[in-house]
Amino acid sequence: MFYLTLIVLLPIAALILKTTDAGFMRFWEVVTSPRALASFRITIGAALMATAFSAVYGLLMAWILTRYRFPGRRILDALMDLPFALPTSVAGIALTALFAGNGWFGRFLEPAGFPVAYSIAGVAVAMAFTSVPFVVRTVQPVIEELKPELEESAATLGAWQWQTFRRTIYPAIFPAHLAGCTMAFSRSLGEFGAVIFIAGNLPFETEIAALLIFIRLEEYDYPAAASIAIVLLAVAFVTLLTTNAIQSWRLRRVVKD
Amino acid sequence: MTDPMAPLAATRANRTPAILIAVGAVLTALFIAAPLLVIFDQALSKGIDVYRANILHPETLHAIWLTTLTALVVLPINIAFGVTAAWAITKFEFRGKRLLLTAIDLPFSISPIVAGVSYLLLYGGLGLWGPWLMDRDIRIMFSVPAIFLVTMFVTSPFVARELITLMQAQGREREEVAATLGASGWQMFRRVTLPNIKWALLYGAVLCNARVMGEFGAVSVVSGNLRGQTNTLPLQVQLLYHDYNATGAFAAASVLTLLAFVTLILKAILERKAFDRRS
Repeated sequence: MFYLTLIVLLPIAALILKTTDAGFMRFWEVVTSPRALASFRITIGAALMATAFSAVYGLLMAWILTRYRFPGRRILDALMDLPFALPTSVAGIALTALFAGNGWFGRFLEPAGFPVAYSIAGVAVAMAFTSVPFVVRTVQPVIEELKPELEESAATLGAWQWQTFRRTIYPAIFPAHLAGCTMAFSRSLGEFGAVIFIAGNLPFETEIAALLIFIRLEEYDYPAAASIAIVLLAVAFVTLLTTNAIQSWRLRRVVKD
Repeated sequence: MTDPMAPLAATRANRTPAILIAVGAVLTALFIAAPLLVIFDQALSKGIDVYRANILHPETLHAIWLTTLTALVVLPINIAFGVTAAWAITKFEFRGKRLLLTAIDLPFSISPIVAGVSYLLLYGGLGLWGPWLMDRDIRIMFSVPAIFLVTMFVTSPFVARELITLMQAQGREREEVAATLGASGWQMFRRVTLPNIKWALLYGAVLCNARVMGEFGAVSVVSGNLRGQTNTLPLQVQLLYHDYNATGAFAAASVLTLLAFVTLILKAILERKAFDRRS
């Protein structure tokens, strides 16, 4: 556990110490500067958009991959891990190539008045790509363990399929779904590699918080970088605690059943 | 199925899965498969000869070497850490266990950029230990050791996480039996625990390796991006891209993509071995 202290806890302690060194006034000045506030707003807004998409798409994939048997299922299943296996800078340039004005998708989206590359939508696309496996992989095992009798009994009672899903299946999946979405959201907030290529990185428009940290570092403004980093760290802590709380709530529900 | 309305209900019920599968497959093709294809499309857009020249460019070759070296250094360390941590957490009772679990997970939820900044503030010139290190002429930031260190931070939870889940499910009866038979700690680990976890261990190592070789954010903060010196392959991709050498960037990216394919295949194989035989 000495290793953990050395590799993980010590650097974080250094970050906190260095920020307190500069004083609270300096910290407050940095994090409430218009550019920093804009970057927080963009990061959180895009992360919410990305999580909303991942929530729906991830749930759909988790459902069809566990419930149905069809040709190509295993390939589809393997593809769900691709965003985790693919380095983020590679994902970044690939998505940019797709959505840029001359790309496979951008060619159609831009004339239609829906530019994705170099806009906040692009930021959200990159975040969704890197975080969707969290939803799929958290929900999948729970659907696997659901008893099919649950649905069958509901079906024989005459409930519609949608109603069956909403009333009897979704409540059972909900805690896992929520946990997966929280993880996806947390990952989206911190995502850097995939986003910076597609974002265009205009201050006040598409500049995310992680990038602003990077820019301050390149200017050797370490206290400013550390201050923004502290905010991201605090958000990470809160999401980690939330996820843990959801997980233990899940466990308690399972025990009760 | 004696209900006269049954055939109608059956067709409706049978159509829903098909629609869901179709929607899921199309979304996956657009959202996940298309980015894959575009990498190879772009990398080969100027022909196979240009592609070969791009891969064999000395800077790119050096980046491939540095990325491999990072994996060779970081992976064994994090495997050792993962096994130790999982062993301690699942086989022994002690105070502060929950806290330890949270600390293990911490790097998962911290932005790689924040990890990079933390290291900079610890070992960098203006950092906590910076002056002390500078007096002794030791330079850690913006050099290869910095890449190793931040990569260790970012990837430390992978092996531990996989093993903790599995070992918690397995319980500790077998170890207790071994202990009553007089086995030492090391014998117990090698003869009893290790055979039970070896596939999960490999599985965690494969996931860990993918992240080690692909880490971008944290490494880009501390590497200093010296061409041909501290550029790992993911950083080389960015460098070439910003040099307006898109073909070169995609060529380098294609190497990492092939690595991702290997990861996925290994993962699929190991997953079945590791988790199907759990019972």
